[in-house]
Amino acid sequence: MRQIRWGKPLVFLACLLPALRLGVGALNAVEVMNIGGISLGADPVKMLLHTCGRWTLNFLMITLCMTPLRDLTRSMFWLKFRRMFGLFALFYAVLHFSIYLLLDQNGRLGDLWQDIVKRPYITVGMLALLSLIPLGLTSTAKAQRRLGRDWTRLHRLIYAIAILGVWHFWWQVKKDIREPLLYACGLTLLLGYRLWKERRSLARLSAERFARTDAA
Amino acid sequence: MRTPPDSTKILPSEITPYREYFSRRDLLAAALGTAGVHSIGGFAGSARAQSPGALGALTYAHNAALSVAEPPNSYRDITTYNNYYEFGTDKSDPAENAQKFRTAPWNVSISGEAEVTGTFTLEDILKPHPLEERVYRLRCVEAWSMVVPWIGFPLADLLKRFKPTSKAKFVEFKTLYDPKQMPGQRTGVLEWPYVEGLRIDEAMHPLTLMAVGLYGKTLPNQNGAPLRLIVPWKYGFKGIKAIVSIKFTERAPRTTWAGAASNEYGFFANVNPSVDHPRWSQATERRIGANVFGPRQPTLPFNGYASQVAGLYSGMDLRKYF
Repeated sequence: MRQIRWGKPLVFLACLLPALRLGVGALNAVEVMNIGGISLGADPVKMLLHTCGRWTLNFLMITLCMTPLRDLTRSMFWLKFRRMFGLFALFYAVLHFSIYLLLDQNGRLGDLWQDIVKRPYITVGMLALLSLIPLGLTSTAKAQRRLGRDWTRLHRLIYAIAILGVWHFWWQVKKDIREPLLYACGLTLLLGYRLWKERRSLARLSAERFARTDAA
Repeated sequence: MRTPPDSTKILPSEITPYREYFSRRDLLAAALGTAGVHSIGGFAGSARAQSPGALGALTYAHNAALSVAEPPNSYRDITTYNNYYEFGTDKSDPAENAQKFRTAPWNVSISGEAEVTGTFTLEDILKPHPLEERVYRLRCVEAWSMVVPWIGFPLADLLKRFKPTSKAKFVEFKTLYDPKQMPGQRTGVLEWPYVEGLRIDEAMHPLTLMAVGLYGKTLPNQNGAPLRLIVPWKYGFKGIKAIVSIKFTERAPRTTWAGAASNEYGFFANVNPSVDHPRWSQATERRIGANVFGPRQPTLPFNGYASQVAGLYSGMDLRKYF
């Protein structure tokens, strides 16, 4: 699979672009330099925070697209990228959290705890991040082998994480819910597809069993 | 009445940094003795086309007594970071979508519990009022803040002209409803037109301002041209923009944000660090433009105007009337 040998580094770089852009924007914002007119706008911290949050959701969605794409195209090609996309979701989630902690909350851990307990949308977001970490840690081929079947079970957490992530977004929007609604619709499709597939295979299984007992 | 000769010519363009702007203005004030300066025909700019470079310069006096000493935000920040849902929900939308908004001709309807009512042209509304500059803090309910050099006049002076009756307990304001010009009004994000209101004593308070300009020039469309409300001790959403109706009422008007989510936004909406928004803290704020990645600063009760306005609410439970 020559395409993949070249494809992977290219996709990797493409996934980094949003972070690079933010990095340049941040350096421009503190007037270290001024490259390419990239600006984080009047409220740079919010821009950093929200952009990383969005890309976390984007990568969760992209990761969840790989299995349906495999089924649709009957090609295993897509699964080669799934881990990378999942890890980028974690990467942007950690950036998102770090910006929140260090820039938004000024690194005050006491306030962070207050925020987590008092504000449901932060509780939900923290829960999503904490669930994402074990998935990242067990993303290696070695961990996959060691965990065997449990690996698949553990990594089903991504469904819950994606739901929590969209929920986290929805709850903090002031009024215009169009964007979180879009994510919610996408996620409904992606998870709905899996439910439908599960149902279908269960039905097929029981039909087979039924046929077997019938024959006996 | 004196008008500073040609003072308008050296007022800032949008690229003037605030430090320069303020130092020029201080020089002028010193040279002319600002206290006695009144404006004549200060609103000539209102009828002009409103590309940012073509905004009319205004004639005004700086009101140092009612201005804060903090450095104002840049013209760029103030005019590109706006909450004005009629032109889109993104902060950068209004600056983009409001450019062709027509602010002339403009009429304002005065109605309700007052002796003088009717429809008035903007020129009639503004004519008797000398303009002044007031540098106010602006605290958004979203926990960010700015400092803005507004140009305007006390709302009280305007309201008194219509002789409100003893039944006038509240004042209700409405924004223009024109979905053709205001793309946000074609969406269901909020109920249109936008409605805001004040208790009559809040409306009559000397800090409450009818603004027609900022940084010495006519208000850019994205900042609420041609006429907007500024109530510096309340969250920014109380500062209704593009006002076409002022009504004196006996009962509290149903205001837009309070109507949209009454558990999150109250009628009073006084800046209060100890009453959190249900979904975020109001204890601190990020000052736009100041020390980009610096710490948040504490939010002050009544946005720092407590000594002037706290008396309006004595005996009221501010947790209940948030």
